[in-house]
Amino acid sequence: MHDVLIGKAHKFGDNINTDYIMASRHRAKSLDYKELAHYLMEDIRPGFYKSFNKGDFIVAGDNFGCGSSREYAARILKEGGCNAVIGSSFARIFYRNAINVGVIPIECNTDDIDDGDQLEVNMKTGHVMLKNKGIKLSIKPIPSIVQDIISAGGLINFLKEKP
Amino acid sequence: MGQTIAEKIFSKKIGKSVYADDIVTAKVDFLVSHDGLGPMAIDSFKEINGIKVKNPDKACFVIDHFVPSPARNYSLMQQKVREFCKEQNITCYDGGEGICHQVVPEKGYVVPGDLVVGTDSHTCTYGALNAFATGVGSTDAAAVLKTGELWFRVPKTNKVVINGYLQTGVFAKDLVLYLAGRIRANGANYKAIEFSGEAISKLCIDDRLTICNMSIEMGAKAGLMIADNKTKLWLRKRTNREYETINPDVDAVYEKTYEFNACSIVPQVSRPHQVDDVVPVKHVEGQKIQQAIIGTCTNGRLEDLRVAARILKGKKLAQGIRLIVVPASRTVLSEAIEQGIIQTFVEAGGMVITPGCGPCVGSHSGIPSDGETVISTANRNFKGRSGNAHSSVYLASPATVAASAVTGYITDPRNMIGGC
Repeated sequence: MHDVLIGKAHKFGDNINTDYIMASRHRAKSLDYKELAHYLMEDIRPGFYKSFNKGDFIVAGDNFGCGSSREYAARILKEGGCNAVIGSSFARIFYRNAINVGVIPIECNTDDIDDGDQLEVNMKTGHVMLKNKGIKLSIKPIPSIVQDIISAGGLINFLKEKP
Repeated sequence: MGQTIAEKIFSKKIGKSVYADDIVTAKVDFLVSHDGLGPMAIDSFKEINGIKVKNPDKACFVIDHFVPSPARNYSLMQQKVREFCKEQNITCYDGGEGICHQVVPEKGYVVPGDLVVGTDSHTCTYGALNAFATGVGSTDAAAVLKTGELWFRVPKTNKVVINGYLQTGVFAKDLVLYLAGRIRANGANYKAIEFSGEAISKLCIDDRLTICNMSIEMGAKAGLMIADNKTKLWLRKRTNREYETINPDVDAVYEKTYEFNACSIVPQVSRPHQVDDVVPVKHVEGQKIQQAIIGTCTNGRLEDLRVAARILKGKKLAQGIRLIVVPASRTVLSEAIEQGIIQTFVEAGGMVITPGCGPCVGSHSGIPSDGETVISTANRNFKGRSGNAHSSVYLASPATVAASAVTGYITDPRNMIGGC
């Protein structure tokens, strides 16, 4: 994992559930996460996948990832090129899933972030810089067990070597 | 220092006293997965170099999401589950056995004090049996398959006390929708909820499962209840396992306490497209519907079907209304047949489908058309979840759904069964 991540913000509201991130029915179309990534946020923002560039950030309000435990949500974010989601708060199952697949859930107050803002996330100093606005936001500290999993690139890598 | 139910269960699991916010690695008593998210867990298990599942007798897979399979990819996913279970000597309940959240308690896999995880957010249902049960993702499930344990943060607990009793025509579903409307979708995020009070004590186990099932709709990690004589009796019919019931200490520390009066609660609906957008049925009475669904892991149990059948007995569905009934398990279906309940649905003009998740996840068996309105006993009404983002879903009790299917518009069931 890199300490500094740079990308554009795609802003969403509160309570973005895992059905919005990807509806269950799309599983009938493909078993490949890369292909399923085309349905990212499709029900609430049709065509969103095309506007999302590798390294961009999903920025959300409260309770991002609520609802179903489907890990598809985290996996297709990863396959869609999203390395981190910045949210005011996260639903707990998604929070774990994101960490496990290597998408960093960054908790900070996102009120000042707008769609299209240029962001620089520094995991080392624990800040999000809004480069076009000159605003610096503080990230809520991450527990050490979670940091270890993130550093390994997710739970799969973390557990690979365990007996 | 006093402990909550959650703190006590985690303390018991790891053999020392732990409290909210402690991070622990605990042995898991049972893991449940299904055809929807099991295949991903199986892939992850292989990716983490898993060879032999640590505790095959402490896990089961239930094929419930897409039954009978309506598409090739779903069939491939189910095949992967069957093959893995065979190879690893894990019990696999195939299509038609029912929804995992009915099958697991019904088969006696869960007893008070257990720590259960499942690759489904509604795993929290089993909290009604005094067990700590929570949803996890597929990779976490793979970790449990390989190691038999998982890390957890011991949650803070919110105490929800329901004083008084529910009125005639008002049901557990109305109560939990009412709670979701007040606690909101993220009100209990990362926390456990302990439900207690006179209204909870009076509920049968089917109804208690309904309440705990929807704790996740308030963000909760687990919804917990104490085990009383009703719980013990219910368990006696289903398992010989010994257990110790877990009661919270009188001086347990709660992050927050809510108190509500059951007597003042009226039938509730959740409006499209947010579960926590809850109003009394009266506020939307008259809203036309095209489809009504009775079933799911929230309300597909025998008591739910019985209440709905009481309303539908001798009546016909309103013109142009489709009613889909999906019993939560084969056992429920069988009992409902014996009691004449299924006959009532069929005579009224309803469609009774295979026990399973059915139309709740929007993959098959009742996808609404554009502009249509559905009333359902399910637990979620997010846009698109029904399988069509151009339709709307209201959530309500089996009584409200049955009453609405008879009139063709959202209807307060007390008009048909007394009360008010």
